[in-house]
Amino acid sequence: MNTAGSLWRRSINGRTALLYLLPSIILFSVFVFYPMFRTIYLSFFLTDQAGNAAINVGIENYQYLLGSSEFQNSMKATVLFVLYTVPIGVILALFFALLANEKLKGIGFFRTMYSSTMGVSVAASSVIWLFMFNPSIGMFNRLLHSIGLPQIQWLLDPEWALLSVSMSTIWMNIGFSFLILLGGLQNIDEHLYESARIDGAGYFYRLRRITLPMLSPTLFFIITISLINAFQTFGQIDILTKGGPSQSTNLIVYSIYREAFINYQFGTASAQAVILFVIILIVTILQFKLGERKVHYQ
Amino acid sequence: MKKVELINVSKSYDKQVDVISNINVTIEPGEFFVLVGPSGCGKSTMLRMIAGLEDITGGTLKIGEQVANHLSPDKRDLSMVFQNYALYPHLTVQQNITFGLDVKRMKKDEQKRKAEEVAQLLGLTEYLGRKPRELSGGQRQRVALARAIVSETPICLMDEPLSNLDAKLRAHMRSEIRRIQRSLGITMIYVTHDQVEAMTMGDRIMILHEGKIQQIGKPIEIYNHPANPFVATFIGSPPMNLAEAELDELNSQLLIGNDLKLPLPEGDYSELSKRLLTVGVRPENLHPVTVETAAGSSFEVTVTNVEVLGNETIFSFQVGASEWMAKWTGQWHINIGDRLPIQMDFATLSIFDREDGQLLKKTIDQSHHVTQHEVGK
Repeated sequence: MNTAGSLWRRSINGRTALLYLLPSIILFSVFVFYPMFRTIYLSFFLTDQAGNAAINVGIENYQYLLGSSEFQNSMKATVLFVLYTVPIGVILALFFALLANEKLKGIGFFRTMYSSTMGVSVAASSVIWLFMFNPSIGMFNRLLHSIGLPQIQWLLDPEWALLSVSMSTIWMNIGFSFLILLGGLQNIDEHLYESARIDGAGYFYRLRRITLPMLSPTLFFIITISLINAFQTFGQIDILTKGGPSQSTNLIVYSIYREAFINYQFGTASAQAVILFVIILIVTILQFKLGERKVHYQ
Repeated sequence: MKKVELINVSKSYDKQVDVISNINVTIEPGEFFVLVGPSGCGKSTMLRMIAGLEDITGGTLKIGEQVANHLSPDKRDLSMVFQNYALYPHLTVQQNITFGLDVKRMKKDEQKRKAEEVAQLLGLTEYLGRKPRELSGGQRQRVALARAIVSETPICLMDEPLSNLDAKLRAHMRSEIRRIQRSLGITMIYVTHDQVEAMTMGDRIMILHEGKIQQIGKPIEIYNHPANPFVATFIGSPPMNLAEAELDELNSQLLIGNDLKLPLPEGDYSELSKRLLTVGVRPENLHPVTVETAAGSSFEVTVTNVEVLGNETIFSFQVGASEWMAKWTGQWHINIGDRLPIQMDFATLSIFDREDGQLLKKTIDQSHHVTQHEVGK
């Protein structure tokens, strides 16, 4: 009795903390923790049509996936997609942010324009791109035609489809990256540049020795977010290509969606989701381990 | 060593209102020149114009014999210490110091040797491998100083470099900066809002107010003979006491703040007559009454505040519409509300024209000289 009472008293801080955390614990449990554990649980089962666990198959779902050429193809497309979109997207956003960081008259207009894609939903911008990619009435083919180049089946040619989707994805994501990088640039103390100018440092010297190191935490953040976003791309695939042609744009999240809600294979879909989770986890951990050494925090 | 010359320099941001106007000054080679003024007076802008970080709207800036109006900052052969030091947070102390040398593509071992030399001079040797965030405020200040020195430029600009330090460290760094400037013989242009720094460090000081030069001169000259009431109250602590005054030639007396009547000694007062006057007197020139005090030059005042500072006592009282302060050496037991007799000498007064602020009558020279000869006796 006595010891129980003292334990109750000793844990007063812990209980207070728990009370403060309760709202977020409830929200996270409902929307994150329960679905996550349910997914892991389902990945070990065959399910009925309603998505209830039916037969425990152990790790068979995983074995099937790793042997399936469809899944391997999907992984390959995802990795390619990440490689196409993340480096180019970040470099372009950095380039625009550097341009828009100059103090010029009317620069506010360009800042608004460059960040404007952030305000357009994935669905809306995908529809716009769908029109531009259209083989007969689309802008791109008209352009190619007018300079005398052969027409391209942007979304219908398996060679081109992934590149086309990557292009539109880079365009969609650039607004957000641009805005964050511009914020990072504006946070750098102006006096550092003035001091460097007095020393006679040119633009690229200042860029290499002041801007990039001072921007490294922001760059690190943007690269991490972009990587995770690229792995989780879904909306533009659904609207532009539906995973086709011949599976060339069947990115992993789209493949999960198809497996679960078209083929009603919730077990294998869950297993794919778990694999995606592990991949993103590994990539992020790797990035923190390798990248953080080069990042300077103030 | 180079001189810096400003001829009719002005600055305006909107092409209408000049924030700085009519600056004419020559800063001699090897001189420690202090720009001082209240915040917003344009002193930092002026320094940045000399550095080339701000455009010059009008007039000519010469560095050495060369017109420098449109030279880029690095072609002006100067170094600058910023108020917040502008150290690169991602570089070590050594890399910070050698940043400018690296820009000029100096050899690595030469850079290292120079950095070590300067670090030695400023006592930074053991901190060369650290990042700025691992240093105290005073050490950061030294790194900023080291960065300016290592470039070996003939001119060094400093923008309130001591304002982020505590009082004790500030006093120490004052003499340190002065010592380094003397030993290297560089031309120093130093901006501060602190009149104590200006008085103690400058060979000459320039007082700026609202973008205009108020006075240029040796600190002690400015203290003794302020050109106008602004300078009189800006330099000196506590500031010079000012009050409106009138010359009553009929009774041969000066009426100060409708309150005090000071008899005039024999002399010619045609300069002062028929003008609105402002008189000023330094707190240390208001003395206790002694037996020798001439009748009529002492007044009774009511004490409104007292500060005893150990070796001196400062008390305030009301004269006309303004509050005056008197500084007596030693410790005095004075209470608020006491009636005290004080004496004032006409010779120690500064008299200004109330309309244009011009100095009409200087105080007498009260400085003392110590010569080897006299001490020897």
